[in-house]
Amino acid sequence: MLLLTCPACGVAADETELAPGGEAHLTRVGPDGDDASFEGYLFQRANPRGVHFERWRHVYGCGKWFHAARDTATLEVFGTYSAQTTAPPDDILDKIKARRPGWEGNA
Amino acid sequence: MSDLSLERAAPRGMIALRGDFDSLAGPCREITGADLPAPLGAAGEGRALLWMSPDELLLLCDPGDVGEVLARLGEALAAQHHLASDVSDARVVFTLRGPGVRDALARITPCDMRPGRFHVGQVRRTRLGQVAAAIRLTGDAAAEVYCFRSVGDYVERLLATALESANRERVAL
Repeated sequence: MLLLTCPACGVAADETELAPGGEAHLTRVGPDGDDASFEGYLFQRANPRGVHFERWRHVYGCGKWFHAARDTATLEVFGTYSAQTTAPPDDILDKIKARRPGWEGNA
Repeated sequence: MSDLSLERAAPRGMIALRGDFDSLAGPCREITGADLPAPLGAAGEGRALLWMSPDELLLLCDPGDVGEVLARLGEALAAQHHLASDVSDARVVFTLRGPGVRDALARITPCDMRPGRFHVGQVRRTRLGQVAAAIRLTGDAAAEVYCFRSVGDYVERLLATALESANRERVAL
């Protein structure tokens, strides 16, 4: 069971109150991209075993989207942060580095 | 023996209000006499404001006053981007009374009902059984449950079952 704190309303919401939105911080491939990069944008995901950045929606609560950083293997949650950003904030990255010293980021 | 009671509350006027809270504050104070509620809060006696999300409030009033309140809101917020809509028929309200209300609700919601985590006066939108609902604790032994009218019968039966089971446990203790 996952408990994620929604940054929009401050509620520690149960997994069943949330809707998953998949991997976060994807770069949209626009009309200028070629077929291969568009396919990558649509279908190819990092799917790491370990630190993962995700989008979630507090669907049974305030209805807002937010981001979460968690470990897919241990279910440890490093933190949640606003949806209005294109990269994880530094305080979240610092927490991850403190807990996972060898972690270099999901390339 | 049953010391927990459940009843369907009388119809009340409900207005969904969306917009920038800074611009909603003035008209809401004029209409309800209360300042905007803090997140997860409620404000006002009689006419009340429930916090729904960072940009949404639910204004409660007498069913007969909805037209007048909507007109006043429309006038006061004419220059602002906002939404004010009569949703009185969208939801039903159940009133729960009796000691053990928290125990009964905890059986059917993932929401943390412990006194230290869910304060009297708070409003929490969450899940009851299989549907969305809002819980408002109006006292230590009293709560209101708001849910969509289309699932009202389901929620009524769900609450009745939870109350019965909580009652049985209290009697057994």
